[in-house]
Parts: sequence; C-alpha cells; structure tokens
Amino acid sequence: MAAGRTPSMPGARRWLQRNLPKIVLSPTVAASLVFVYGFIAWTTLLSFTRSKTIPNFDLVGFLQYVRVWEHPRWQVAIHNLFAFGTLYIGLCLAIGLLLAILLDQRIRLEGALRAVYLYPMALSFIVTGTAWKWMLNPGLGLEKLVQGWGWTGFTFDWIVNEDMAIYTVVIAGVWQASGFVMAMFLAGLRGIDDEILKAASMDGASAPRIYLRIVLPMLRPIFVSAVVILAHLAIKSYELVVALTGGGPGYATELPSTFMYVHTFTRNELGMGAASAVMMLLTVAAIMVPYLYSEMRSAHRPAH
Amino acid sequence: MRKTVIAAVLAAAFGAGGSALAADKSVEVVHWWTSGGEAAALKVLKDDMEKKGYAWKDSPVAGGGGDQARTVLRARVAAGNPPDAMQMLGFIIQDYAEEGLLGDLTPVASKEGWDKVVPQPIQRFSKYNGRWVAAPVNIHRTNWIWANKKIFDQLKLAPPKTFAELVAMSDKIRKAGYIPLAHGGQPWQEATIFDSAVLSAGGPAFYRKAMIELDESALGSKTMEQAFGQMQKLRGMVDPNFPNRDWNLATAMVINGKAAMQIMGDWAKGEFLKAGKKPGVDFLCFQYPATEGSFTFNTDQFAMFKVGKEQEQGQLALASAIMDKSFQEAFNLAKGSIPARIDVSDAKFDACGKKSMADLKVAMKNNSMLGSFAHGHAVRESVKGAMIDVVTKAFNSGIPPAEATRQLVAAVKAAK
Repeated sequence: MAAGRTPSMPGARRWLQRNLPKIVLSPTVAASLVFVYGFIAWTTLLSFTRSKTIPNFDLVGFLQYVRVWEHPRWQVAIHNLFAFGTLYIGLCLAIGLLLAILLDQRIRLEGALRAVYLYPMALSFIVTGTAWKWMLNPGLGLEKLVQGWGWTGFTFDWIVNEDMAIYTVVIAGVWQASGFVMAMFLAGLRGIDDEILKAASMDGASAPRIYLRIVLPMLRPIFVSAVVILAHLAIKSYELVVALTGGGPGYATELPSTFMYVHTFTRNELGMGAASAVMMLLTVAAIMVPYLYSEMRSAHRPAH
Repeated sequence: MRKTVIAAVLAAAFGAGGSALAADKSVEVVHWWTSGGEAAALKVLKDDMEKKGYAWKDSPVAGGGGDQARTVLRARVAAGNPPDAMQMLGFIIQDYAEEGLLGDLTPVASKEGWDKVVPQPIQRFSKYNGRWVAAPVNIHRTNWIWANKKIFDQLKLAPPKTFAELVAMSDKIRKAGYIPLAHGGQPWQEATIFDSAVLSAGGPAFYRKAMIELDESALGSKTMEQAFGQMQKLRGMVDPNFPNRDWNLATAMVINGKAAMQIMGDWAKGEFLKAGKKPGVDFLCFQYPATEGSFTFNTDQFAMFKVGKEQEQGQLALASAIMDKSFQEAFNLAKGSIPARIDVSDAKFDACGKKSMADLKVAMKNNSMLGSFAHGHAVRESVKGAMIDVVTKAFNSGIPPAEATRQLVAAVKAAK
C-alpha cells in the first residue's frame, strides 16, 4: 500500500501507521487460523484414521474414503447433490433475473414488491422446510386443496415419492433464494449507465436485443458471484432437507451434509464422517478457488 | 498413540472434576426425557435425591431417541467435561466403557444384589468386564401391535396368530374404509417393524443368529427373505402419506379411529393413556403374529462417568435411587415400560404392563429375551446404521426380498 511513503514522519508514528492495521486484524486472523484452518487440518487428519466413537490416531490411509465411496447412501447423496445443485442454481438465476428485469421497468410500489420477493431469504431454512413440508404433504396441503375444489384426479405427491422427493427440496430452496438473486441482479441493472442503453435504442436495437447483447454481458460479474454463492449454499444445505423430508422417504433425499452428520454423530463413524466432510470441502474449494483467483487477477487490472 | 489420547482425555476429565468444590453435593444428569409423562416420572427420582441431600443439576437435551443428547455428550467428553450421569441406550454404554470413561457402580450393586434381580440380557449392557457401569431404569418391548378396539369389534377381528391372518385381516379393514396399519416413514420406525418381522419369520434362535451374532449364512438365508417379504406386505397396509411422519402421530391415527393398528414399542401406550384411553376397553395390545413368547427389548440406563472422587458418593447414591423398587414402579407406570428388576409387583400395572412382565419371565426362561435391533441392543451403532439403510430402502422402494437380503449381507460386511 501507499502508506508510509512520507519520509517527514517521526519513526514511532510511522511504525504505528504502518503496523496498526496488522495489529487490529491479528486477533481475527488468529481466530480464523485456529477455528477454520486448524479444524480443517484436524478433520483432514481424522479422515485418515480409524476413529470410531472418539478420535484416535491409527492411520489407515485412504480406507475411510474408500468406505465412503462404496457406501450406497453416499452415491445417492452425490447424485442428489448434482440434481439439486444444477436445478437450484439454474432456476434461482433464471427466476431472479426475470424478476429483476421486470422490477427494473420503473413500476409503482417497487420498494414494497422488492421486500416481498426478498423476504423469504430472511426466514431460516428450518421454517422454510417445515412450511413447505405441510404444503406439499398430499393429505394436508396442495393436493388436498385442489382435490377439495373438485379436481379429484389431481395428484402432487412428490414429497412421498422416492424418485421425486429431491425436487421438492429444489422447490423450497428456489422459493427461498431467488428473491436474493433478484436483489443482486437489480443492483447490477441499476449500475448500468443509461446513456449506453439510450445510444443502443437510438441505433435501432430492440429491447430483447439490448438485454441479450448489452445488459446480460455487462452483468457477468453478478452472474459469477451469484453462482458462487448459490453453489456453496447448495453444497452445505442441510437444515432444509432435515426439516422438509428428514432425508426420506428411506434415504432418497440424502445430501453429503446429512451423510456427514449421520455418520459422525449418530453412527459412531467419526473417520467416515471426516472423510465425507473433506470431500465436501474439496467440492466447495473447486468452485471457490478459481473464483477467488479470477477476482484477484481482475483486481490488479484497471477497472473497466 | 490411542492410549495416550485416552489418557489425555481422562486426565482432562479428572482435572475438570477436581476443580469442583469437594463439598459440592450435587449430581448432574443429562437426559432427553422432557415430554409430560417422562418428565413427571423423572421428578420422582429428583425429589428422592434431594431428600437424601443432593442437589440435582438437570441437563435436559430435548429430542426423542437422544441423538442430540449424544452429540452434546460427545462434545463434552472430548472437551474433558463429562456429566456425572447420562441417559444411554444399549451398545453406546459399552462404547464409552471400552474407552475407559465410565465409573464403577459395583460396590453399591453387590451390596443391593442387582445381579439377582436384573435380567441377564440387560446386565450384558449394564456391565463391562464384570463391573457395573450403568443402572437400568426400564425395559421396553418392541414386538407389540397396538390396535383400535372399536374397529376390531366392528369388523369382528381377533388378534392374528400368523402373518397370513394379519394380511387377510388388513384386506378386510381396508374394505371397511380404514387404514390397516398406521406407520411413520422414518428409518428407525421401519427398523422397529423389522425387529418383529425377523422374529416372526425365523423365531428367536434365528433372530439371535442373524441380528445379534451377524452370522452370514443366517443373514443371507431364505428365512431373511421371508422377513423382507413380510415388510413388503406391511408396506401395502399403510396410507400414502406415511413418509417422515412422527411415531406419535401414527399412534394418534389409531387413537382417533382412522387406522386399525400400529406396530410400535410400548412407549406408544403412553400416548393412548394420555388421550384418556383404557387398555382392553378402547385399545388392544398384542404381540406381532408368531412372536408370542419372545421379547425384543430395549432398556434405558443411566451410565456414570468417571469424574473424580468428590462426585463418586453422589453417583452411587443416584444409582441406588434408580434401582429402588418404588422408583422403578412409579417411573414405569408413567413411561409405559416395565421395571428393569423382576422383583417389582405387577399389581399397579395395567393389562398390557402385566402381560409384558409375565412374558418377560417366560422369555428369560426360554432364552427368547432378545435385544432390539432397531433400538441399538443387538449390534453396534455402525453396523446397525448400515443395516437400517437396507431395511428402509427395501421398505420404501419395494426392491425384491432376495435383492434386499443380498444387500443386507453386503452392508454388514462393509460396516463390520
């Protein structure tokens, strides 16, 4: 940084000015070193041991990883994560962008509408899960309601259907997060210079063309941030599944996070739990590291 | 290496205990008995301890089945701060005893003669290497069917003696517009039914061989296929909204006359009693078909941790209070289970309780008192979990019994 370049300052003050930020930040750095990176190292170490109920240090190499990958539940979890993650991110982006574009048309009551769409994000996942559990329950919610209106042939029993249950998690997740994505896109849309749009429409470009060719490319950084935020939400989502389906029917809606919890805390398979946690971390890292790398690189480049 | 870590944990445990005041006459008890009847029953114990001059430090961790409580316990043990006493089930007691973390109750046990009054299969969990490490509070039985008497009377049904009879009955019940079987689609509830299905298909000797000794040929046998076949038939008796329903809501369906039967442990009786229903008048209790005379049990116990000399006296006093006959009677009347000692009179218990107590004595004689697989009294948690995965998958997805049996063998092999 540029601080400390003024040679006229007395030594002590100059030292303080140069080091004050470091002193102020050091407790936070120390805390995250221990509580984040220290525990990551500890978990990684445990994943290479035979730990069962209580940590021990019989090193067994990659045995726990092999056991996790051979576990039918883990395969269900990975399959579900893929299905859930793709649909969740895709639908949140699509709905969020659409809502943002519609809200950006200088409509009345925009503030109120924005709050309405953003509000689900303020709820905890447990509340979302429980509310949707009731709404999706065939004997209690939507199905019963529509059948009560006279359409007796109507069925919507995804939540009790082994093959479809994971999509109910998508529904609840998208309902919760798309308003938040909308807010991000809205901020991006507001940041686009009106002059550019005016110039384009003066050149005769139609509205869809302006959005496709000019606005969306300019929103690229927002897309990247939204994908990164949604991806890590998808990988670590736990409460939503627990409240909505309890992992069931059977274990049809298992996700890596529920697998990790069950094995670590209820099945006394600490080593397997740690191995699955490390694999979740690596998945998040595979998304975050390239993102951070590109962020850092673009920080060095002059803006625009 | 492993020993040094345990030693470190132990040292920390003793350190934490040692820092407490020596004059502090209190016992801290971690448990998950927070619902009405259970909490009232526990209060009997608390009052008893306070009469003896000990302060009762209550540490409830809500959550049926105790998963949350076990998570709390693990964190506290890892931090070197275990409670004085902790409610535990089955093999978890042995797991902690194996790590050398539990204290010794043998002095009070031999003085009060627990060996003579506690059934042998329960001692298998309360004792480790011949030393008493936990005090059992109750005995639950899992091979029960709870039925709505009004529906049974209306359709002129009697408790089925064979599984085929149960199937025929359920068709009749379905035709009359009731749900034959109330069930909550959670893995542990499916496992509870599986306890009975295995026992019914193969009898007590087969159950012991397959579910407790994990004998590979028994696990992969035709008899096991029959047990999975029963599960498949039972799946056809439930209503479509069963997934993720809590057990007490399923019980409520029987109470309200929506469903005819529920296969559940005797904690379900507490729900009937709470709703003001009377056994023999409003509801029936009988054994799952072809399991009469056998007794699949689970038992709640209080394990005592090694926390230092000052606390030992309080722990022994607590253990002795738990084993007290009048406490065992009062507690189990409220809980729906039966006392963990066989010398308590059955006079105050209802018909279902009396039957359970009588059957227990028969089962002890015939060597057919068996640990419940679903409730952690047959195999260790890791193996149990892997087996439950197969059971719940088979129940929900309807894979053929032969395939389910093959998966069960594979799961046990991988988890062992």
